[in-house]
Amino acid sequence: MIPPSFEYVAPKTIPEAISLLEKFGQNSKILAGGQSLIPVMKLRLASPTHLIDINRIDGLSYIKETDGFLKIGALTRMSEIESSDLIKKKYFLLHDAAKEIADPTVRNLGTVGGNISHADPANDLPATMLASDATLVATGPKGQRTIKAKDFFLDTFTTALTHEEILTEIRLPEYTAGTGSSYLKLEKRVGDFAIVGVAVQISLDKEGRVLRAGIGLTSVAPTALESTRAEEQLVGKKLTDESISRAATLASEDSNPTSDLRGPADYKKKMVKILTTRALKRAYMRIVGGGGGVE
Amino acid sequence: MGKKMHISVNVNGQAIDAEVEPRLLLVHFLRENLNLTGTHIGCDTSNCGACTVLLDGKAIKSCTFFAVQADGREITTVEGLAKGGKLHPIQEGFWEKHGLQCGFCTPGMMLAAVALLQKNHNPTEEEIRRGISGNLCRCTGYVKIVEAIQYAAEKMREAQQVEAPVR
Repeated sequence: MIPPSFEYVAPKTIPEAISLLEKFGQNSKILAGGQSLIPVMKLRLASPTHLIDINRIDGLSYIKETDGFLKIGALTRMSEIESSDLIKKKYFLLHDAAKEIADPTVRNLGTVGGNISHADPANDLPATMLASDATLVATGPKGQRTIKAKDFFLDTFTTALTHEEILTEIRLPEYTAGTGSSYLKLEKRVGDFAIVGVAVQISLDKEGRVLRAGIGLTSVAPTALESTRAEEQLVGKKLTDESISRAATLASEDSNPTSDLRGPADYKKKMVKILTTRALKRAYMRIVGGGGGVE
Repeated sequence: MGKKMHISVNVNGQAIDAEVEPRLLLVHFLRENLNLTGTHIGCDTSNCGACTVLLDGKAIKSCTFFAVQADGREITTVEGLAKGGKLHPIQEGFWEKHGLQCGFCTPGMMLAAVALLQKNHNPTEEEIRRGISGNLCRCTGYVKIVEAIQYAAEKMREAQQVEAPVR
């Protein structure tokens, strides 16, 4: 399959990339890892007139803890997330998700920023961002602004970014003692999109009561979905089998999947309940040091 | 038609200059412009991994990468594995263990394996299976492929021990 023709530019700086977005207008697209964009161009679902390749811009690829955040440059490859010791040791949810995205070869090119800003509800990072209470940094003609993940995903393939803005950094609140998380993805085979996916992150106080709960769902709605009812149900109480089961039921009720080749809607809703239960238990085990294996 | 762009790419150790249309995919550049037809086109949708090549040492799917993006970078295809008429250990492994039937997935499978073995000199069977999970084989059921990669891993470790300086 041959994509439609386009003009190609590879700027060296972010301001240059932004001015190219302004110059070429709505039909220009940012090319990062290209692992979603190039397939949709080959399928002729997108026909941008200009591709602005940001891979030649220095300083967009990093993983660091600073100012109370884990900060990740938007151009960081998924394979770098997967192999980061810092993320593996502490940011379990992100590590879990990184291992499940596409396949290892695709992850060598696919970027964090691309997975998020493509805003496919079947992508794994949007739900991960919701559960993590992430802040997304957009850089545009007027400088930088921050957008909370819950305000970022507006519709399928549609985000709060304006056309002239580029997602440049992802910030996750730094994990402190008492925070645990998990991502579970049900897929037919490696490399496929999720049948459903569940991202959870919980923080407990010293008595074991839930201070904050984040639950994000993949592939169950036109956007990644935050189950706020399930989150609220957990906050202020200790985690018990009963409270986990109630939260999982609410997450399942909140989800609104469609029937497709990956399964009927009813089945997917049931799987949301099961995966939410398992993900919460696994996140809890990771806090109390029980390994976190899932049966 | 998009304006043609000049690229300088190193392919299998050879410097190549070319004028390419931006929409030209790397796999087509390799096969049609350079006649390196060892890189196969399978699914053409970044699922099967038949088109896997190394970009600066990392495995990528060349059907999902534009040739212009390769400007200034190094590409290794299956034609670049053998050196001086001697098979690369991974090629030897596929030969000795018969890691193929039809051979269509083999070039991509070997390059994914080479990338894996560069990072991990002594992978477990599970690590090998995960490492090649972006490559599909429709004939063998993977058992012989895994054996071929294990064979190559051992050969490469032995070669390193021989090359290590004697103290």
